[in-house]
Amino acid sequence: MSKNININVNYLTRVEGHGNIVVEVKDGKLEICRLEIVESPRFFEAFLRGRSIYEAPHITSRICGICACGHTLASIQAAEDALGIKPTEQTTLLRKLLLHYEELDSHILHIYLLVAPDLVGVPSFVPLIKFHPDVVRRALRMKRLCNELCDILVGRHVHPISAVVGGFTKLPSEVELEEMHKRLVELQKDMEATVELFNGLKFPEFERDTEYVALVNDEGEYPLLYGDIGSTDGYRVSKYEYKNVTNEFIVPYASAKRTKWHRDSYAVGALARFNLNYEKLNPKAKEAAVTLGLKPKCINPYLNTVAQIVESVHCIEDAIRIIELLWQKGINHDEVVVPDINEKGILPQRSGEGVGAVEVPRGLLIHHYECDERGIFRNANCIIPTNQNTHNIELDMLKLVPEIINQSPEEIKLSLEMLVRAYDPCISCSVHMVVIKLGNRD
Amino acid sequence: MSKPKVAFFDFACCEGCQLQVANIGEPLIDLLDIVQVVEFREVMSEKWDGEFDVSFIEGSITDEHAVERIKKIRERSKILVALGSCATIGGVNGMKNSFPLEEVGKYVYGESYKFFPTLQTKAVHQVVPVDYFINGCPIYQPEFITVLKCILQGIPYYVPEYPVCVECKLNENVCMYDRGLTCMGPVTKAGCNSWCINNGNICYGCRGLTINPNTEGFKEVLKKYNIPEDFLIKKIEMYNKCKELD
Repeated sequence: MSKNININVNYLTRVEGHGNIVVEVKDGKLEICRLEIVESPRFFEAFLRGRSIYEAPHITSRICGICACGHTLASIQAAEDALGIKPTEQTTLLRKLLLHYEELDSHILHIYLLVAPDLVGVPSFVPLIKFHPDVVRRALRMKRLCNELCDILVGRHVHPISAVVGGFTKLPSEVELEEMHKRLVELQKDMEATVELFNGLKFPEFERDTEYVALVNDEGEYPLLYGDIGSTDGYRVSKYEYKNVTNEFIVPYASAKRTKWHRDSYAVGALARFNLNYEKLNPKAKEAAVTLGLKPKCINPYLNTVAQIVESVHCIEDAIRIIELLWQKGINHDEVVVPDINEKGILPQRSGEGVGAVEVPRGLLIHHYECDERGIFRNANCIIPTNQNTHNIELDMLKLVPEIINQSPEEIKLSLEMLVRAYDPCISCSVHMVVIKLGNRD
Repeated sequence: MSKPKVAFFDFACCEGCQLQVANIGEPLIDLLDIVQVVEFREVMSEKWDGEFDVSFIEGSITDEHAVERIKKIRERSKILVALGSCATIGGVNGMKNSFPLEEVGKYVYGESYKFFPTLQTKAVHQVVPVDYFINGCPIYQPEFITVLKCILQGIPYYVPEYPVCVECKLNENVCMYDRGLTCMGPVTKAGCNSWCINNGNICYGCRGLTINPNTEGFKEVLKKYNIPEDFLIKKIEMYNKCKELD
């Protein structure tokens, strides 16, 4: 077969951040197949040095607007670990609630606004307003509801205000707990309609056996906020050994820092969590998985979106459970903290090193901090889900392109874009860790 | 009359301000009745190669490529709006300017740092003229709507010149200084309805310094509460480091 195809997707759309897809086929042979990250680096780790570790959640939240709450929670965990602060039960419950809101908000954005247009063959949600106004209204209403939940709990979703090292600067009142409960019940109905909608949509068929990596623990809960790092290949290590998992390496053609554990690459995210912790999903989420035909271990990366739908069902149900529990226990308002940079010494302080490992919407996020006895940053390192997925996406592309090579370049381009989008890459996040060589494109 | 053509572009930032726009929710549909969004890469694949009536720019300018790109966008835009702190004042990206650029590059990327030619972080108006400013990290949605209305009516929008304290007092918050904490409220532009203090935290100064900050008054406050001035410099630098390039 002699066929030449050149695909250059500059500034991939409907993903967070700037990335390019480059595929070159010459005489039927796949010569180049890359996902390039072209976001401008921002150097967060460098400028954290010299600042107070208490400012870390505020600053690192600004790495990404979509995963702002996730970065905040990983940052708080790393800082508290370094400082030797143990969160109270109430604080832990509220943080779990916040993480559920984060997963929901991000998943709904991805499912409806970023992925759904491809499944019905339109370039964005805008043309859908005319033909499916109910669906668009539902999507925007769900998005709005998630935002309102965050507004109530932490002031806002993009860069949460009240979640800080040591706890919360503001705690929800009884009325606010009730408000959140009411909204989650509203969300339940829309979520049911979402499952129904996606049950009728068809995702591309493609499989590649992959090592999936996510937090695992011995508790009954679906692990999101705490755990060891586990793999579908049967391995498990403590979060402090994350460097043995990520094994960052450079690929010669792109000088890009990527990660691998037991195979050439691994994947993180909703599908990884689903594959590792399916048993711990609540019954309603399992029901949704059955309806949507998703079973562990699923190795079709396009179905990451379906795993996000299943997780969304789980998060709504578990958020309701947490709120009812908090209701029962009653909120202890004496636990409010306003540490600022702990200038008044209200929190314990010491020199130390700490690691935060949290499952954020796109997968495992790690923050690793080191501070001196005044709480001033000595070193910082962040490992972002998208970095861990980049090499896996490329290996998927390498297997996929030969399988669909007889399709038109437009169809191949769309399949590749959809593949990258399925991973829900967060390129703003990943860029401060990825090293790339820019070609002469753009 | 055809609808004004509106576009969103992002530079070095977290894209949270675009998200704040997307987060407006159902009212967005009404908004799309009066403007035509022709480019919004984060949520749309549509592209436009003509002129823009209004361009919203998110993010700071941090490399040569960005300088060229923003100049081209400026040429194609009748009205250019800086959206969010990274665009209006440089924001957190400005903290990079406290270090030598080569050192910063080496710290994050090791010897491969040369692949990442970086410039001192600049706010958008430090590279091309800006017509409207929407401050905040992230932007405050009610202010975005207000500014959009001004743009569509062709009238200017005046960012409040008074500090966050004015709004904070109206919201009846207890002063952070009375709680023993150093807050940026007294020298930061209002317009956010004292968002952070309402939620129990301090003001971090994300909206930029007031046009005529009452520095003498501020020094008195610092003296009254026994807070060293250099301690405050660090706080100002979190968002306002780029001001020295104005």
